[in-house]
Amino acid sequence: MKSDRGDIELAGVCKSFDGVTNVVDGVNLKIADSAYCCFIGPSGCGKTTILRMIAGHEDPTAGEIVIGGQNVVGLAPVQRRTAMMFQSYALFPHLTVRENIAFALRVRGQSKTDRLRAADAMIEKVRLTQFADRLPAQLSGGQQQRVALARAAITEPRVLLLDEPLSALDEQLRVQMRQELRRMQRELGITFIHVTHTQLEAIALADLVVVMEQGKIKQAGAAREVYARPHDRYVAEFMGGQNVLSGRVEKVNGASFVLGQAAPSGIEVPLQARSTVTVGDNVDIAVRRDDVALVRPGRDLPPGCTTSLPSRVLAIEYQGYFVKVMLDTVPDDEFVAYVPEKTFFADPFTVGDVVMATWATDSALPLA
Amino acid sequence: MSAVLAGMPKTDMSKAVAPAMTKAIAPSRGGRPWTFYVLATLFASYVIALYGPMFCIYILSFQDIRGGLVFPMKGHSLHWFVDLFTQVRTGDVKGSFDRSIKLAVIVTIITVVVSFLAGLGFRRRFRGDTFVFYMTIGSLVAPGLVLGLGTGLLFQALGLNASWYTSALGAQLSWTLPFGVLVMFAVMSRFNHVWEEAAYDLGASRWQSIWLVMIPVLAPGLVAVALFGFTLSYDEFARSLQTAGSLNTLPLEIWSMTLNVTSPSLYALGTVTTIVSFIVIGASLGAIVLIQKKRGSAAKG
Repeated sequence: MKSDRGDIELAGVCKSFDGVTNVVDGVNLKIADSAYCCFIGPSGCGKTTILRMIAGHEDPTAGEIVIGGQNVVGLAPVQRRTAMMFQSYALFPHLTVRENIAFALRVRGQSKTDRLRAADAMIEKVRLTQFADRLPAQLSGGQQQRVALARAAITEPRVLLLDEPLSALDEQLRVQMRQELRRMQRELGITFIHVTHTQLEAIALADLVVVMEQGKIKQAGAAREVYARPHDRYVAEFMGGQNVLSGRVEKVNGASFVLGQAAPSGIEVPLQARSTVTVGDNVDIAVRRDDVALVRPGRDLPPGCTTSLPSRVLAIEYQGYFVKVMLDTVPDDEFVAYVPEKTFFADPFTVGDVVMATWATDSALPLA
Repeated sequence: MSAVLAGMPKTDMSKAVAPAMTKAIAPSRGGRPWTFYVLATLFASYVIALYGPMFCIYILSFQDIRGGLVFPMKGHSLHWFVDLFTQVRTGDVKGSFDRSIKLAVIVTIITVVVSFLAGLGFRRRFRGDTFVFYMTIGSLVAPGLVLGLGTGLLFQALGLNASWYTSALGAQLSWTLPFGVLVMFAVMSRFNHVWEEAAYDLGASRWQSIWLVMIPVLAPGLVAVALFGFTLSYDEFARSLQTAGSLNTLPLEIWSMTLNVTSPSLYALGTVTTIVSFIVIGASLGAIVLIQKKRGSAAKG
């Protein structure tokens, strides 16, 4: 009996194309059935290769890929019951929307009436009924994407693999199609694995965000966990929204330690359960950009703030609901404060102003 | 030139602005540049040089019974066309025409099939692919007459009879295959490898992905390869000369007629063969248009 479950387990998966370097290097991961999982990382980090290995378009050099309790290495995509949506959609240019969607049923030998009826039902699902007889070249990017989705979904796969599905669309459409992907995933009730290099896309969609670098998983977890509690400097910087500071531990006292830094008094950081630090260690910490408050020198710090770093305003960008203030707080790294619009304009700064950058002590996060 | 000079800066900028604007919109108010007339003349002479000689033949083939081999034109009738197909002395026109068409069809089929397979084979790099490629197109460089002569000699040495469907077929393929392969490569380069991958992902077998995806997508290109194969074979002379055996193909027949036929029926033959060529080209282009139109109308629904 074939399992209908779409849970996936990667165990020690490696892939090397030249026998020397591993593009995917010992990846272990569990993805629950009917989850929406996003792989994210810079180009060349191996995320697409993992996707293609799960899809059956590439064989791993080592390791196991288990779908629904069955090792699928060496099986064709049809036997895996996976389906892939390609980056440029790869719609067949000579077939109409209806024929494209019915293609998988055609090669399975279904009769013409049966397969066209099934295709029409699917066309309705993705709201393309009026375009059923068009060729792919006559569709907009968003419509093409829906055709690709319908074509992949018609065989009722247990896993749908999407290779940068939104990268060919413009910004506005991307947000709209993102919603549609999530809606389809809920409707079909199957596992979606989505590869992207856009942080916002990943955290907006995914139940499970997998951050990759150079063939390895740096962190895998719920969107909020990866964004708000990054493991290390790489994840913090890649996911964005964080300021990363580094320094030497000067003092450890009970539940917190003090990081020697630009600030005369040092930076007080709460000691997290996972980190054990000793005096003299070099430690990275992260502070969310929207946790940073800016205070004019000489004024009182907000409650809960013990650290304040004198900084000069380098640039100001108005972003609508917040204002992005770039500071020279840390010599070589970016340091940015996202100040709520109303707060900022109550007492606006200008470029060149000296301010104190501060944050609630318990919002600082030591990184691995 | 005067237009440009008129637009040159004047000391009073406020007055100069308006004429400068009109100049930018209509820069060619002074007519076309002289280079246009030079290039147009060059092109016109090229067209005359290209088609003039052929039109001499076509025009002279429509003379009446008094007609001769040179201008001026004497009357006008279809006499020499009738003469062409009825008189024995003009040679075996019908037989050679039949043979040429049959040979061209066989050559076309082999060229299309082999070129398509070569195109499939060369999608990926393999050990020695460059060598195989140069070996394939190498015979384009060999002089046709020498190649034909060699083929004839080889058949003789092997004790085989040269004939249009064996030795001439082989000699012609040495000419059409490299062309077909080169055209096929150009056609293949526009085929997106992801389509095959998508077909595989959707469960198509290799055969289904070739039959349902590759061939339909590449169809216009395959017609182009077929057209190449047909026309190259239909008017092939040098390679067939020593390999056709006792029965002539049409180009060989025309050539032998130039040696012993001294009437405008020779020109009539030229006109007829040209018409056949145009029919073939027209049919091919028609097929390509039809394929695209079919897709277009399917699209409109």
